[in-house]
Amino acid sequence: MSKANLLDRRQVVSALLADRKDVVAIGGLGASTNDMFAAGDHARNFYLWGGMGGAAMIGLGLALAQPKLPVLVITGDGEMLMGMGSLATIGLQKPSNLSIAVLDNEAYGETGGQTSHTAAAADLVGVAKACGIGDSRSVTTMVGVEAFAKAVHDVSAGPRFASVKIDSANLERILPSRDGTYILNRIRGDLGFQPI
Amino acid sequence: MHARADAADTAADSGTHWPDDIFATLQRFDVRQVPYVPDAGHSKLIQRVLASSTMRGIPLTTEEEGVALLAGAWTGGQRGVLLMQSSGVGNCINMLSLIPILRFPFLTLVTMRGEWGEFNPWQVPMGSTTQGVFELSGVKVLRASTAAEVPAVLEAAAAQAYNALTPTAVLLSQRLIGAKVFTK
Repeated sequence: MSKANLLDRRQVVSALLADRKDVVAIGGLGASTNDMFAAGDHARNFYLWGGMGGAAMIGLGLALAQPKLPVLVITGDGEMLMGMGSLATIGLQKPSNLSIAVLDNEAYGETGGQTSHTAAAADLVGVAKACGIGDSRSVTTMVGVEAFAKAVHDVSAGPRFASVKIDSANLERILPSRDGTYILNRIRGDLGFQPI
Repeated sequence: MHARADAADTAADSGTHWPDDIFATLQRFDVRQVPYVPDAGHSKLIQRVLASSTMRGIPLTTEEEGVALLAGAWTGGQRGVLLMQSSGVGNCINMLSLIPILRFPFLTLVTMRGEWGEFNPWQVPMGSTTQGVFELSGVKVLRASTAAEVPAVLEAAAAQAYNALTPTAVLLSQRLIGAKVFTK
């Protein structure tokens, strides 16, 4: 089903995280969180298996708490559509260390590939821009992905948003941990926080 | 039009101090992020938060954003509190599932509508189910009905939320905040 001019989601996520240094990455519910794990497990990976629509807001809370850390949310078009209001909330707070990359296959891939709103009408880049996220890009090439990945490390120039058009191929599932407290406390530990 | 009439037992002298009591407790517990959907009953507290140098007030488009925000804040080492009114609790339901899964400290302060002299029938269904929704979602509920009991209730709520990771909602009753007045 994949079209030749669309990007491969795993290649995109691997490129976003290739030179991650101190980045904390949040993977939205669905294939995005699996892609993040497929790119290599990491103590600073926040894998979501629920809370659809919440990925960008988890990113905002973390970015505000740790303003010097680059925070990268990687999520799908369906998950982002459900939390579209959070783009307005982020546009108002303007956390300069927060980046959001939407892997946009224009479909709900986990549930049978039903067409999403971005296939025909909704323009997430336009929404992000209109919500006050000035650096909002439509990315269609790996060169564009690599440029965005580099920009993520500039914690003084965000927030930034990218919609990356990917093909709708359903890839083999590679599943990260489903234990939320383990995932969260592993990140906290890596950031130097003690258990309560 | 949108003023509130103080309930008889919380009028004037004591009635206006309870938001300051809440603010002082939140400050003492080192609360840093304060996401909110505005409510008239929270207006004084929101003013205090927005004027604070240690707390960040974060207006939301819908209340569920605040639940996710607090998970992220805690991951980054900060405590938060979510301010909303009772009708917003329904907007949070699925996102409340993050709380037992991730085990982050969750405290929310909810101004009640749909009870004690309510004028607007549209507020009653959600106001009537607010406590039940929290309890079914694993959030403990405490209530403050008079200004005099606000400090102790807030202290207990913050202590169990932040020290014992017990998800807690404080319902600030309509009797405390006063029923909304629509006509003079």
